[in-house]
Amino acid sequence: MHMADALLSPSVGGAMWVASAATLAVCARKVSARSDDRLVPLMGVLGAFVFAAQMINFAIPGTGSSGHLGGGLLLAILLGPSAAFLVIASVLTVQALFFADGGLLALGANLFNIGVLPCFVAYPFLYRPLAPAGASRARMGVAAVVAAVGALLLGTTGVVLQTVASGISSLPSGPFLALMLPIHLAIGLAEGLATAALVHFLAKARPDLVPAGSARGHRSALAGLAVAAALVAGVVSWFASPQPDGLEWSVANAAGTAELKAPEGGVHEKLAVVQSRTAVLPDYDLPAAKAAEGNAAWPEVNAGKSFAGLVGALATLVLVVAAGFTLRRRR
Amino acid sequence: MSRLESALADLRLADTLASRDTGLSRLDPRAKIVTTIAFLVAVVSYERHTVVALLPFLLYPVALVSMGEVPWRWLLRKLALAAPFAVLMGIANPVLDRAPMEVAHGVTMAGGWISFGSILLRFALTVTAALAVVAGTGMHALCAGLAALGTPRVFTAQLLFLWRYAFVLGGEGSRMATAREARGGRGSPTLAVYGSLAGHLLLRAFERAERIHRAMRARGFDGEIRSYRALRWSPRDSFFVAGWIAFFIVARAVYLPLVLGRLLTGAGG
Repeated sequence: MHMADALLSPSVGGAMWVASAATLAVCARKVSARSDDRLVPLMGVLGAFVFAAQMINFAIPGTGSSGHLGGGLLLAILLGPSAAFLVIASVLTVQALFFADGGLLALGANLFNIGVLPCFVAYPFLYRPLAPAGASRARMGVAAVVAAVGALLLGTTGVVLQTVASGISSLPSGPFLALMLPIHLAIGLAEGLATAALVHFLAKARPDLVPAGSARGHRSALAGLAVAAALVAGVVSWFASPQPDGLEWSVANAAGTAELKAPEGGVHEKLAVVQSRTAVLPDYDLPAAKAAEGNAAWPEVNAGKSFAGLVGALATLVLVVAAGFTLRRRR
Repeated sequence: MSRLESALADLRLADTLASRDTGLSRLDPRAKIVTTIAFLVAVVSYERHTVVALLPFLLYPVALVSMGEVPWRWLLRKLALAAPFAVLMGIANPVLDRAPMEVAHGVTMAGGWISFGSILLRFALTVTAALAVVAGTGMHALCAGLAALGTPRVFTAQLLFLWRYAFVLGGEGSRMATAREARGGRGSPTLAVYGSLAGHLLLRAFERAERIHRAMRARGFDGEIRSYRALRWSPRDSFFVAGWIAFFIVARAVYLPLVLGRLLTGAGG
């Protein structure tokens, strides 16, 4: 599930960009430091494989629907988390650029949900413990299914939290999650089965290509970074949300189900201070717009003004179209 | 499976569009990237019930399309293909947000419909601008621009590799699918068939990577990726960036449609 630009506020989108870009930079440095020059073409070709394989569906028995590969977890199994994140990030970037999947501002959020979570949370904390070095093929398959489901549910929760924190959509977090999680449980199972089928096939055909899973260094540090990024993103969006009332409402709703926000007030406050000092967009509204926001988006309504507004809106459209034509002819 | 073929055809078309010499493709990719980011931030920074104030921003994608001679049909088709998600996420707004808002004198609407309209307009603005820039720049120039703006070299190289081999592996995948169909395979394959179908594609990917690596080594590859960069920043680029960002700031600060409407109708403040 891709997050979309249209549903993001700049603060949430920006925070997710910072988190994902930082992860990307760390991974790029780690991959460059791995002096294995076979890795460069391998990453490129595996990215192309994931790109193609995402469009090959398989039938889910008994349902009449079909599923496909997600790719993040498979790449983490084959390449290790850092290289896998770079590869899945490149796939998501091409999809955002050429298929408008998500959008450019939402790319940060999508990299986090579909890249960081499978590579740095699901892979080290679900797949590796379940399928340690020397695990049987069956065990690797089960681990792949569990980790894929975990990754997808985490990613879905990410989408919901980012949407609610942005406050553009009116969906409250509780019902939204209740709607999204079961759907994505099914999708995650399908994705897990596809990953398991591929790992199983590869382990049979070319066992040398499936790494035995040596514990990779810095894994916990990166996972820590991911968690920290999630926390920072949460805090930033908490304090910068344009719709604090909507957020409070949904959090109050979610409080019954014990969310992670409440107990960490002290940390939140400290981070908020850091955030207010370091934020790129500490207050993203320009002054004039802010004044207008006080009484909603609309200037106060009266007959003359609303007529003027209507004419103005039409005239704006006419001007835009005219500009398009002149620019085209000018060439 | 035709999905794979149509996706590849789409990519090829975008590349073809970008390879033409247009007013947009002549601009420095950095100028286009920076301006488009400013545009996206300006558009999404509006309050959720904003519709009319967003209209002036249509000028940017429209200008890009005209400068880049991007076919509207192609753009609108891609917009329609990507639309279901935005519609899905926004359609609950009219149900959940019923607070009445006065949109014009004596006319009220549920706030949810207005914010739904706003989501659709934001979606159209952000998607068309991004697609038009891509279709007027191309992957190679875009990656050169990203690298020049500080994106890690490993990542831009990865993007170019992916771009290059998506066509190769995508073609292999769709030939496999055709072969399966020619032997009587219908609909989506079962998981067992899928495992060996996609598995063989994966094996071929590995083998291809080994061949590419040997070919690169033969040509002197030593693990470091070098790229030929010929980006030239001209006054035109500065003008493009400064002009558009000034427009975004004005459009963000001044409610342009209302000003225009007042001018046309002579209505007082």
